[in-house]
Formats: sequence, structure tokens, C-alpha cells
Amino acid sequence: MSQHHVISVLVENKPGVLARIASMFARRGFNIHSLAVGPTAEPEMSRITLVVDGPEMEQIIKQLYKLVHVVKVTEMMPADGVEREVMLLRITADSERRGEILDAAGIFEAKAVDVGVKTITFELSGTPAKLADFLELMRPYGIVDLVKSGRIALTKDAKTRNGRPKLRSA
Amino acid sequence: MSETLTGAQALIRALELEGVDVIFGVPGGAILPAYDPLLDSPMRHVLARHEQGAGHMASGYAHASGRVGVMMATSGPGATNLITPLQDAHMDSIPVVAITGQVATRSIGNDAFQEAHTWGISMPCTKHNYLVTDPNDIPDVVREAFHLAATGRPGPVLVDLPKDILAGTMTWHRAGELSLPGYRPSVKGHPKQVKAAVDLILHSARPVLYAGGGIIRADAADELRRFAEMANTPTVTTLMARGAIPDSHPLAMGMPGMHGNYAAITAMQKSDLLIAVGARFDDRVTGDTTTFAPEARIIHVDVDPAEIGKVRAVDVPIVGDAKAVLAQLIATMQKALGDGAAPERAEWFATLRGWQEEHPLHYHQEPEGPIQQQYVIEELHRLTGGNAIVVAGVGQHQMWASQFWGFERPRTWVNSGGLGTMGYAVPAAIGAKAAMPEETVFAIDGDGCFQMTMQELITAATEGIPVKIAVMNNESLGMVKQWQNLFYDGRLSAVEFGSAAPDYVKLAEAMGCAGLRAEHPDDVTPALEKALAINDRPVVVEFRCDPGAMVFPMVPAGGSNDAIVLSIEDLA
Ligand SMILES: Cc1ncc(C[n+]2csc(CCOP(=O)(O)OP(=O)(O)O)c2C)c(N)n1
Repeated sequence: MSQHHVISVLVENKPGVLARIASMFARRGFNIHSLAVGPTAEPEMSRITLVVDGPEMEQIIKQLYKLVHVVKVTEMMPADGVEREVMLLRITADSERRGEILDAAGIFEAKAVDVGVKTITFELSGTPAKLADFLELMRPYGIVDLVKSGRIALTKDAKTRNGRPKLRSA
Repeated sequence: MSETLTGAQALIRALELEGVDVIFGVPGGAILPAYDPLLDSPMRHVLARHEQGAGHMASGYAHASGRVGVMMATSGPGATNLITPLQDAHMDSIPVVAITGQVATRSIGNDAFQEAHTWGISMPCTKHNYLVTDPNDIPDVVREAFHLAATGRPGPVLVDLPKDILAGTMTWHRAGELSLPGYRPSVKGHPKQVKAAVDLILHSARPVLYAGGGIIRADAADELRRFAEMANTPTVTTLMARGAIPDSHPLAMGMPGMHGNYAAITAMQKSDLLIAVGARFDDRVTGDTTTFAPEARIIHVDVDPAEIGKVRAVDVPIVGDAKAVLAQLIATMQKALGDGAAPERAEWFATLRGWQEEHPLHYHQEPEGPIQQQYVIEELHRLTGGNAIVVAGVGQHQMWASQFWGFERPRTWVNSGGLGTMGYAVPAAIGAKAAMPEETVFAIDGDGCFQMTMQELITAATEGIPVKIAVMNNESLGMVKQWQNLFYDGRLSAVEFGSAAPDYVKLAEAMGCAGLRAEHPDDVTPALEKALAINDRPVVVEFRCDPGAMVFPMVPAGGSNDAIVLSIEDLA
């Protein structure tokens, strides 16, 4: 995990902007670990959050900036940002173990969103570490299916980074 | 009163407003609407015989003049034929704009006749590209395309125009304010970095100014020379920068790199400070990067921040336009020097002179032949007084032209450096001549390269663009043959043409050009004199050259610049 870097890319909301970024990564041989795209508060801008591998961060950021529709690139250190992923996880849950599983899920604030005869599907959002922990906890019961969103992130408000008391913990 | 135009009319008007005087192209179905209003425009259209030719013509035009070159093609095969020239321009930072037709918007994605995904195909080989989906966008898109092509690090921009967009109507308006929030190329360097650079330079005992093609692109040759003189730094010019400082200048060291001269390569290797300006530490310059210039600290000036630190870690990075930053360096150095002068560096200059005297570029012309290409190049230089734009293909002839032609001015050397595109010379020469009709444009081409795009001489003859082409006929793909001789035990595979065909004189004549031939060293001068005297049509002069000649010095690919091969004996 330590090799992963999170970069937040503010782009003009133009057709094909995602293709340009993907093409640049392919051409330069950079690896994308995960990717999430979505709107921002300004309708003409979108934000792309990338989790990328490798030691070439400086080149990746510079090459991103060369794309005409890329407006701002921010590399986020884990301590600087609020990072979130969403996971849907379906696990085997026969009637004997259902209670036990729901108790464990409750500790993680995972929500049961679908309950079948032999399975339960949980929705959980949180930091990547929290999702990983939950996954490990559920693994012994038997994972039937799993889907994760790309990571999204925002830098923390400058106030919290300058050592002032945090209003709310991440 | 608002004026209603077709998209095609708007396109032509927008191109006129950009000051375009020549378009190189080939028409076809999807681009047809644009060719109709072109008839009524003062812009000249040069009808190429192949879109690749049109593309290199636009690039030669831009190379020689500094203005944006324009190529035009239809959808599908027309557009795909432009890909090589676009990538070529991308690698060498040449400002060109490609206008391509596209199938109608409702057909896009349906595998319509002559449909290709031009936007996707051209994305990695352009600085930026557009697919226009509303005729009202045309003025803004054209303005942006020319702006992007010409500013910052120049490069190719493609504008793809579906047929219904060209045929549809729009309300004419001039382009509005540019809206490119993500595009803000730096012009001036950071003053603190400039100051740091000057300090390093004044304390350096063995500096080398490493001038790259960016000097030419930025029209910064005057600033480069003044800076070199003030800082008292020997100056090497890469393949893309030949002419950036006059070769006759006492500080000029010629070309470094794979086929550079010994002193230029070794000066970089032994220097304690490399001042790279508009250069990108290309592998053909550095050789093995782990052993490249091990003692040198690095000042790197480039308009493209991504070039800085890409290959070599940098001590003083300066992001900015070469011309502007050199002017800052000059002003800052002036202030630092006051009434004094830069260090004399007598020992360093004596060492460099020693290397130059010990290992000069050399060749030997046997009076009875065969003809050596270096001799042809030197004779041409003597006869023209060096007053010509020289264009080259890719291969041995290109390296000899770069080594043996004394360049005195920028924009007099037009060649394909980054991509190494065979077939570049004939069309690029045509483009250069179209841009600079008063100049003598002489291409030094290989027989292999010539056969890739020679049909454009028909274009030159029909359009009245009297270029001159020297075909260096060594009956082979000489550069590849050299590598097979040196690195594959002389096992020659698919590199020999044989002497049976073609007959270059007949070919030239068939294409509407004058055709000349020199077979013996004594023929060289008269043939060149004759070629220089013919100005009413293009001229092709075939020189029957030594098929066994090799280019030296040579740093084998990936090898260290400490191990320069000076002649074939070094490899024995
Ligand atoms: C389009 C293209 N294809 C292949 C090559 C590889 N290549 C580099 S130099 C060369 C030989 C060029 O032969 P010629 O034009 O006769 O020039 P010479 O080296 O003999 O001077 C070849 C095939 C290339 N550079 N470009």
C-alpha cells in the first residue's frame, strides 16, 4: 500500500477528457490502480481521483499538467486528505451465523442492504484501511461477491493542516 | 447584420484570419465542403500526391519559417496518412495544424464509409486535438488550435470536422477570448533560479552550453550567442539545434551525440556544468545515462516542465521560454559581472582545442572514386557559400550533412530528429521552399528515403516549387547496413537495393524535374553547379556514392559516451 499515491485532478468538463488521461498513462507506461470521476461544485469542472503506483510521481503530475484540459493536480499525502471508498460485499450467511455476522458488521457501521436465504450484502464506506479490515473480518464466513468504488479524496481544509484543533476527525 | 456562413466557409475565413498563406492537402469525400470555399480564398492550396507528403510539407514550412504549417486531408485513409507527419512534428516540437474531414456526426461510430476514429488515433501524437460538433464552434476552435500549436512548447494540433458540420450553417463571429484555464505556459524563468544559474556558471571551470532545438523554435539564436560570449562557454548544438550558433564562431563545438564529433561529446562528458537550453537529454545525445557527464552539475532551461528532471536530475531547473530566459540570464550575468568578465577558463579551452586537433571530423576522397558523400556536401557548401536551407532524410547522409555542413544561421537545417522519419526530405524541402521562395532549398537525401516520398516531386514540378534534391545513391539502406556490418557480423539482411533500378535521371524527368547524375568525383562540382543554375523546375542530382562508407565517430546505441568509436579499427 505504501507505494500508492492519491492524486486529485481538476479537469475541464469536456468530452473525452478521461480518454486523454487514460491514453497518457498508457503511453508513458504509468499504472493506474483506481480511478473515480465525478462532478464538482462548478458545473464546468470535474474531479478525477487517481490512485497510482510507482516512484514516478513527479513525471506523472507534470505529464498530467501538459494535458490542455487539466487545470489543477494535487498530490495528497495520506495525512493531508480525506479519502473514501465504497464497497458492496456479499457474504455467505446461513441462519446459525447470521446474528454473529450482523454484530460484527454493526461495529463497522456496515449497512445490510440485501438479505437473501443464504447471503447478506453489506454496504460500507470509509477509509481504504477500514474497508480492508472489514473485508478481513468477513473473509472467514465466505465472500460471494465484492465490488469497490474507485477512491475519492479531497484535501483537508487548510485550518486543520496547520496544526489548529481539528473540528472533526477523518 | 449577422452573417450566415457554412461551417466550411467559416473554417476558411478563420484560417485566413490566422494569416495562413498555404495549405498542403489532398481532398476527398468528407472534406469536400471545405474545398469549395477554398476556391474563392487568397490562400494557396498545394495538392500533394500523398497526405504524408502534405504533412511533411507543412512541417518543412514551419521549420523554415517559424510560422504554423497547415495540412488538410479527408476522413479515414486521408487522416491516417497524416499520422506519421503528426508524430514527427510532435517529437520535434514543430507548430502545425491538421484539418481533417470526418463522416457526418450521425454516422460516427457506425463504421461508415471512410470512417476512422481520427480523434482517438491522433490523440497521442498531437499536443491537443478537437472533434467539432457544432459549426458555431469553428472560429474558437481554429483560434485555439493555432494558439496551442505556436505557443509554449510548439507542436501539432488536429481539428476533425464532420461533413455535416462543414456543410451546416453558423452565424459568423470572430473567435472570442481564449478560454484555456489549464494551459498557461511559463515565459519568464524564476528570477531566483536565474540568479542561481549565473552563480553556478561563474564558478564553473569546465562549463558546456548544451543548445537544443528549443533555441530554434523560440527564435533565440541571437540570445544564445550573446549569452555564450558573455559567459564564455563552449557551445554544442544538437541535431535539432544546428545553426543555433554559427559553426564558424570560436565558441561553437558542433554536434554531440551518437554521431557527434569527439570534442563535443567529450566536452560534455568531462564538463563540471552543463547548461541545457531547449534540449531534452535525448538518448541519442546522452548514450548510457548512468555514465553520462558524471561530474556535471545541471542547469536545465525548458518551456516544458516535464522535460526537466525526466532523464537527468537537475541542480537548477528553469521553466520558461528559451528566448526570454536567455535574456534574463544575460541581464543577470551582466549585473553580476559589473565591469569584470567571465572566467577565462584557459585550461578548459586548451583541452578542448587539443581534442579538436587530435580527433577532427575527417574523410578521404580518392581522386578516382568512389564518391564520398562528405565531399559532395562540402562542395555544395563551397558553391553556395553555405547560403541555402539544407533538408535531410534519415540515415547516414543525414549525419554527414549535419557533421560537414557549416551552419551559420538558424532555420537553415530542416530534418526529422526525434522520430527519424525516412521520406521526410522531399516533401519537407517543398514546404520549406513554399515558405521561403527566395532561398535555395537543397535536400540531401538517401536513396532509400527518396524512394519513400519521391512522388511529391510531381507536386513540386506542377506547383512550380523548384527544390533541389541530391540523391546519395549508395544502393542500400546505408545506416542499417552499417549496423549490420558493425553489430551483426556483417550479415546483411534486407538492406541492399542493388544497382538495377531505378534510373534516377529518367525518374526525375518523368516527374517533370531536371535529372542529373554524377558517377565520378570529377562530376561532382559540375553537377552541383548545373543544379544550382536550374531554377525553373525542381532538380534531382544522383550521386553514385561509396556503398561501403560508414559514419564515424559513433557511440553505439546504449553505449557510454566515454567509449567513442572513431573508426572501424576501434571495433576490431
Ligand atoms: C520510415 C522509416 N522506416 C525505417 C527506418 C529505419 N532506418 C533508419 S536509417 C535507414 C536507412 C536509410 O537509407 P537511405 O535513405 O538510403 O540512407 P543512408 O543511410 O543510406 O544514407 C532505415 C531503413 C526509418 N528511420 N524510417
